[in-house]
Amino acid sequence: MPSAEHKSAVGANRILFILAILLVAVATTSMILGHLYIAPGQILRIFAANVLPMERTWSPAVESILLDVRLPRLMAGMLVGAGLSVSGAAFQGLFRNPLVSPHILGVSAGAGFGAALAILFFGNIIAVQILSFVFGLLAVLLTYCLSRVYRSTPVLMLVLSGIIVGALFSAGTSLIQYVADPANEMPSIVFWLLGSLNNASNRDMVVVAPIILVGITVLLLIRWQINLLAMGEEDARALGVDTTRIRATVILCATMIAAAAVSIGGIIGWIGLVIPHIGRLLAGPDNKILLPVTVLVGAAYLVAVDTIARTAMAMEIPIGVLTSLVGAPIFAYLLRKNRSGW
Amino acid sequence: MNPLLSVHNLGFSYGEDGARPIFSDVSFSVASGDVFCLLGPNGTGKSTLLKCISNVLHGWQGKIFLDGRDIAHMKPAEVAKGISYVPQSQQSPFPFLVHDIVVMGRAPHINVFSSPTQKDRDIALAALETVGIRHLAHRPCTMLSGGEWQLTLIARALAQQPRLMILDEPTSHLDMGNQVRILRVVRNLAEQGLGIIMASHFPDHAFIAATEAAILNGGLMLHKGRPDEVITAENLEAAYGIVVKVLHIGAEVNRKACFPTLHTSAP
Repeated sequence: MPSAEHKSAVGANRILFILAILLVAVATTSMILGHLYIAPGQILRIFAANVLPMERTWSPAVESILLDVRLPRLMAGMLVGAGLSVSGAAFQGLFRNPLVSPHILGVSAGAGFGAALAILFFGNIIAVQILSFVFGLLAVLLTYCLSRVYRSTPVLMLVLSGIIVGALFSAGTSLIQYVADPANEMPSIVFWLLGSLNNASNRDMVVVAPIILVGITVLLLIRWQINLLAMGEEDARALGVDTTRIRATVILCATMIAAAAVSIGGIIGWIGLVIPHIGRLLAGPDNKILLPVTVLVGAAYLVAVDTIARTAMAMEIPIGVLTSLVGAPIFAYLLRKNRSGW
Repeated sequence: MNPLLSVHNLGFSYGEDGARPIFSDVSFSVASGDVFCLLGPNGTGKSTLLKCISNVLHGWQGKIFLDGRDIAHMKPAEVAKGISYVPQSQQSPFPFLVHDIVVMGRAPHINVFSSPTQKDRDIALAALETVGIRHLAHRPCTMLSGGEWQLTLIARALAQQPRLMILDEPTSHLDMGNQVRILRVVRNLAEQGLGIIMASHFPDHAFIAATEAAILNGGLMLHKGRPDEVITAENLEAAYGIVVKVLHIGAEVNRKACFPTLHTSAP
């Protein structure tokens, strides 16, 4: 039916439009709120003053809070939220399992180990970011190689290998925590593992933003192929898909995104699992529409949660704790509502 | 002239250096308009054979030619433009709409970085029309009956616009009405010029719908030819290990049919 076809395309565009407006609203709110309230007009004038010749009627501290603290943190929240959500959706299709998150192949376990190692030996934030990124990639590489050793169902072997590698790196992280200095190092490791966007700076964004953006872009470009993989390995091959290459591309993109996200934000759980489900509730299971929807919902969600994390209490709440605290009940609700299928 | 598909000395084994041979030395050919019915007991490698020809499994020995071209030297998408494969029914974890699934048949014609166009969607709708389930286009696939799901997969295979369609036991798990509906679709497709290979557990289905039949047993293709010649009491007894009568039914049926008995040896 062409009319029904037309209607569903219009529906998809309307959803994307509404979500884009929602994201802008959440982002604006996030810029306004904080220990220091900055009025929307003030924000516009500060941005304008950086491109237009204007007299600055505000203190440099206000400008610095907006441009050097809130803006990079907002960018980090949007990129990490969008990146983890879209990787989660892609992985759920790839593994044909709606209960999978981007962390399934061991990226966060590896990154956590790298960060703990860096805190133990170097104790500075740059080393933490670099080592967590490198070990996140390394963990997934190990998982991938391990899964290829067995000549059996590749997808199942990937999941099992991910569990093995994740367990190894988690044990390593525990060992480091055990030997770490309980006064200094141990709390920083624990706090880092809980996740926080507190450290996001403009310098980080220059390095990390391109990695996450490229990952998201490639996943969006091949999003229809993920539908084919979701039908199963054999079906996809019979449809002429080079499954090994597409699978490797999805894993590479999701891993780069997750490792980059973990390196600036620590381990932020649940978002890659929950947001794709919210996306399916809004837009259905077709990845052609679902992936762009998860990008927008994920970005808005993490920025909103991060804004709550830094404004709700006098002390900042670790965002990883909050995403689980908010995500778990949402997921429970979705499970009830969605009994007929994903 | 080359036949549509010709298979020469095909063999396949699982495991390192051919530890577990499944079948060997299988040769046959299929022309446009043929319905080639592959029979044989459980676990004899019918599915594996079909997956080799569909390019789903790799690592077979021997040669498979599609229109005279060796498929080992063709890209996966090129093979999928010529040969489509209907797997045994299975579940989808996501409630894709029937139309979305049938559009997936367009995959070999669509660039990796692209999505289906309106033309692809129209071809998918036409395929749904051909198999008679256009009214299900907007139903989630998790809410289909076994027969509807099988027809959906056939429509998807049809949307590939192949010259040869391979069906792996398309009538298993279906009631009698759906079995015959599937056979009717298969027969119509062949009459429109498609070559068909289907595996089946029902020798009667070969009498109903096939132009060619073969029995795969013990890793070898023992008999092949017209259904009349292949499906005999002796051949079925050898393949399935039971006593079977093959009788011609006249009157309005006018075909042969198989009647298995509970005897342990021919009376």
